[in-house]
Amino acid sequence: MTNHWRDIKNADLILINGANPAEAHPVGFQWFMHAKLDPTKGPGRGGGAKIIHCDPRFSRTSAVADIYVRIRTGTDVAYFGGLINYVLQHNLQHATYVAHYTNASFVVKEGYGFHDGLFSGYDPATRTYNPASWAYEKGPDGFALRDMSLQHPRCVFQLLKAHYARYTPEVVSEITGIPVEDFLKIAAVVGEMGRPDKVMTIVYAVGLTHHTTGSQLIRSGAVLQLLLGNMGRPGGGMNAERGHANIQGNTDHAISWEILPGYLAVPLPGDDTIDAYIAKHAPKKLDPHAWNFFGTNYKKFLVSLLKAWYGDHATPANDFAYAYLPKPEGNCSWLSIYDAALRGKMEGIILSGMTATSIGPDSNQVLQALARLKWLVVMDAFPTTSSEFWHAPGMDPTAVQTEVFLLPTTHWIEKDGSFTNSGRWVQWKEQVLPPQGQARHDHWILADLLHRVRDLYQREGGAFADPVLKLTLDYKDPLHPTLDELAQEINGKDLTTGKRLATFAKLKDDGTTSAGDWIYTGSYPEKGNLAKRRNGVQDPAANDPTGMGFYPEWAWSWPLNRRVMYNRASADLDGRPWDPKRPGIVWNGERWVGDVPDYPPTMSPHDPNAWLPFIMTGEGVGRLFSNSLLDGPLPEHYEPMESPIVNPLHPAVSASPVAFLYDRAAGRLDRFGTPDEYPIVATTYRLTEHEHYVTMQIPRLVQLQPEPFVEMPAGLARERGIANGDWVRVRSKRGMIEVRALVTNRAGQLDLGGKKVWQVGIPIHWGFIGVAAEKHPDRAQHWLANALTPFVGDANARTPEFKSFLVQIEKVS
Amino acid sequence: MFTDTSICIGCKACEVACKEWNQLPGNEPEYRNDSFDNTGELDAQNWRHVKFIDRVPEAPMTTGNGQAWLLMSDICKHCQHASCMEVCPTNAIIRTEFDTVYIQPDVCNGCRDCIAACPYGAIGFNPKDGLAHKCTFCYDRLQANMPPACAKACPTQSITFGPLRELHKKADERVATLRAQGYDQAQLYGRDASVYGGLNAFFLLMAEPEVYGLPNARNAVLPRRNNRGGYLGVLVSAALAMVAGIVALRRRGSDTLQDTTPGEGS
Repeated sequence: MTNHWRDIKNADLILINGANPAEAHPVGFQWFMHAKLDPTKGPGRGGGAKIIHCDPRFSRTSAVADIYVRIRTGTDVAYFGGLINYVLQHNLQHATYVAHYTNASFVVKEGYGFHDGLFSGYDPATRTYNPASWAYEKGPDGFALRDMSLQHPRCVFQLLKAHYARYTPEVVSEITGIPVEDFLKIAAVVGEMGRPDKVMTIVYAVGLTHHTTGSQLIRSGAVLQLLLGNMGRPGGGMNAERGHANIQGNTDHAISWEILPGYLAVPLPGDDTIDAYIAKHAPKKLDPHAWNFFGTNYKKFLVSLLKAWYGDHATPANDFAYAYLPKPEGNCSWLSIYDAALRGKMEGIILSGMTATSIGPDSNQVLQALARLKWLVVMDAFPTTSSEFWHAPGMDPTAVQTEVFLLPTTHWIEKDGSFTNSGRWVQWKEQVLPPQGQARHDHWILADLLHRVRDLYQREGGAFADPVLKLTLDYKDPLHPTLDELAQEINGKDLTTGKRLATFAKLKDDGTTSAGDWIYTGSYPEKGNLAKRRNGVQDPAANDPTGMGFYPEWAWSWPLNRRVMYNRASADLDGRPWDPKRPGIVWNGERWVGDVPDYPPTMSPHDPNAWLPFIMTGEGVGRLFSNSLLDGPLPEHYEPMESPIVNPLHPAVSASPVAFLYDRAAGRLDRFGTPDEYPIVATTYRLTEHEHYVTMQIPRLVQLQPEPFVEMPAGLARERGIANGDWVRVRSKRGMIEVRALVTNRAGQLDLGGKKVWQVGIPIHWGFIGVAAEKHPDRAQHWLANALTPFVGDANARTPEFKSFLVQIEKVS
Repeated sequence: MFTDTSICIGCKACEVACKEWNQLPGNEPEYRNDSFDNTGELDAQNWRHVKFIDRVPEAPMTTGNGQAWLLMSDICKHCQHASCMEVCPTNAIIRTEFDTVYIQPDVCNGCRDCIAACPYGAIGFNPKDGLAHKCTFCYDRLQANMPPACAKACPTQSITFGPLRELHKKADERVATLRAQGYDQAQLYGRDASVYGGLNAFFLLMAEPEVYGLPNARNAVLPRRNNRGGYLGVLVSAALAMVAGIVALRRRGSDTLQDTTPGEGS
């Protein structure tokens, strides 16, 4: 989240797309209700914030929303694009903000273009773009040219306007299925949010990310928020609701394949030295008034990370052990790993805290991939669909060559440590129960494994052993490091004094500081672990002095305990809040006060050298147009890989032209279905009663949702002679499930420019393991929802397209 | 206790918190073909039960606000005039120092009269111990000055606990706001004495009480008075039946048998 959960109470309008917070985040959802019940909030004259839930299904979030509108899954770029067009056509954007706080004024190079569904620079042979033409025109000083009148035909503002002029309400309706008049009702309310005294938040989750166009779906919402001047403001922002309690912490500490801790890039082949790596990956300063904080300090963050990992073995003489970092040639995303396994190129896989069989797309193909490994290690508190895959119903154990190890691990309730929530709050928790049986902490198992691998290298030698042998393990007991020690290491210290640092501003690139993750520097300074702080609602007057819900001494929020990111943009050019009732930071004549400023604390807005508001970007402003993604500088609607219609905007380029097609690349047959065989649009989702797959082991939760089902429209059920509660077979090109029919108008029909299409929803939680599966062993073989989903992902992040695919449904006789 | 159904999200945290605190194991899991409700009813194992009443129209755009998919977390109402207390032969059911209605397990003889009498189906029978059980309002928590587990767990403040007078004020304001927003059916249930003398667990509903399976003010009468009417009814029926029998006897033989249509289920 750019903002945080509690901050949602400050909003006038809450757009929810690709998310179901009432079910997935019921505790965080209280803040939506606070806004709704607060008569001082809301569009027009107030009376309570309004919630607009735009979703394929009418869910428990819709049940309390002011407006629910049904959208075809995977088409939110068209929805947001239509809203962007509406705002621009009616001149409803926040004009000052757009001119000064976004790159609207930046002039793009000649040669950039968008024709027939393709941006300039496309190579059909490799299905990739060369983004060279998506750059700014530069002046003799090397900085980007700007036209503050926003009239230059190649300035971002004009390009944006032209790009989205195609997204008329009629086109939006044809793509999304939202009737024109309903779309216009929403647009009118959203358009009001460009006023400085109004503010809107956009909340999203995996309903936006799980698409071949996932990154662009999110960007389309961010572009709308920049146009309305809502980024950086309390009650505004682009807010990702993260999955389980610590998925934000996972991302921060580089669980993702393309980043090191703190969102530094993973080096690529050819990045042979730190300087070459910095030259390629650090953002470049593009405006004389851009601080370019990230680009300027990139090297300090990397060197401090290497010092945390390699200690005394990282020296100026050996380029701080930079050579020890892997420089992977190929893509290492989840899909790529299982594709490699399928091709017989993987020796083994260690699963920690996840079950590949259930979470991956096209689970029949994943099961084959697991069966081709030499070994599989599952670290989990319970048996999972992965630890038991080799004797799952339908599998022939004699055909599985994989040796499977199940290492019992502790559950989070059996250890201390921190959770980082969606709002970037790092909150420490205590151990509630001692570990049971032989369960060990995941990090102790890994420490043990590392020591054994080291012993082997030491005894037997091997190629390039140094990256393993020279790792520093500065813990009291290196086989059993405590999470407190790890938290201190992540925070980092001044190596000359040995004292822990209070801010990443003190990090250096000369090897005298360390930080395991620079964005967490300051979470555990000399005065103690700030994630343990609990000064909250027991005394709101003292603990929340601004009344904006920042609660600066409740836990700690990265970066630097800042509660709302980009908060310089919450104030106008003179440092006054856009809305005096909802200040983020305010210039008091001497310094910025309020939230922890995302800006030099004493830099006057009237300083002729004052930095632009978005200090992390090379431009110094928010990017309406960006060359940082692989699939285009402006979000464009592409159909899901499996779609009931051809893209009305550009039929020749219907789906993403750059999504990587694994089956095709590996010489396997395509596993995509066509709408004549599979006419029904399907999406997957989670229920409030369960958490992913683990709660299949919890009887009280299984009581609440005991069996899998497909939520299907009453009209479709009538058409197919299906009654509520019947067992039905749902088939896609890749597999099938046999589940109950839950017949309801909460799922419905879409009118796509005259073509009527049914849309259904399938919860993901069930499989052949758990309380329910034990009760129905005969049926549970066909309960993996991901048997249906396609093995293809987002062009950038490679996040699978779990949320849009085609199926056929029939009654099981 | 005030339950505002207009902001209930049907998360069932109340159900689970209740079971956890009161150490109720729950029933065997059973899929019930009823929206997202697999609990079914209030009984000896379920002292909170979220009802899911699906009235969502087919239209592509719908107003939510608690009136399309009605989510109602039901509970024993702890009536001012409690039917269960009226009929309990052993006086096992008492009114506590918190004005709540409590079944004393050591006095209950398991006759189940209270189960038959309760107009809300709030009481259930546990065959294992042979006793009637229902929500205790977390009597043990109240004694320790803690709110009931369901109110504590509710994430959206749909369930709030506090002095009745404060809750009444809050409820009056909320219903006024909703009505001003055009929700004409928004109404308080059990706020005043019109049902069972007033309910200590009262509700804000987004439709008529009957939609939620609750007796409206006309039907909410105590079993004693109910029975008087019932006895009268029985007498009248008996008299009519006698007359009808005599008539039928006198007509016997003169009528031809009419074709009978087999019933649907036969």
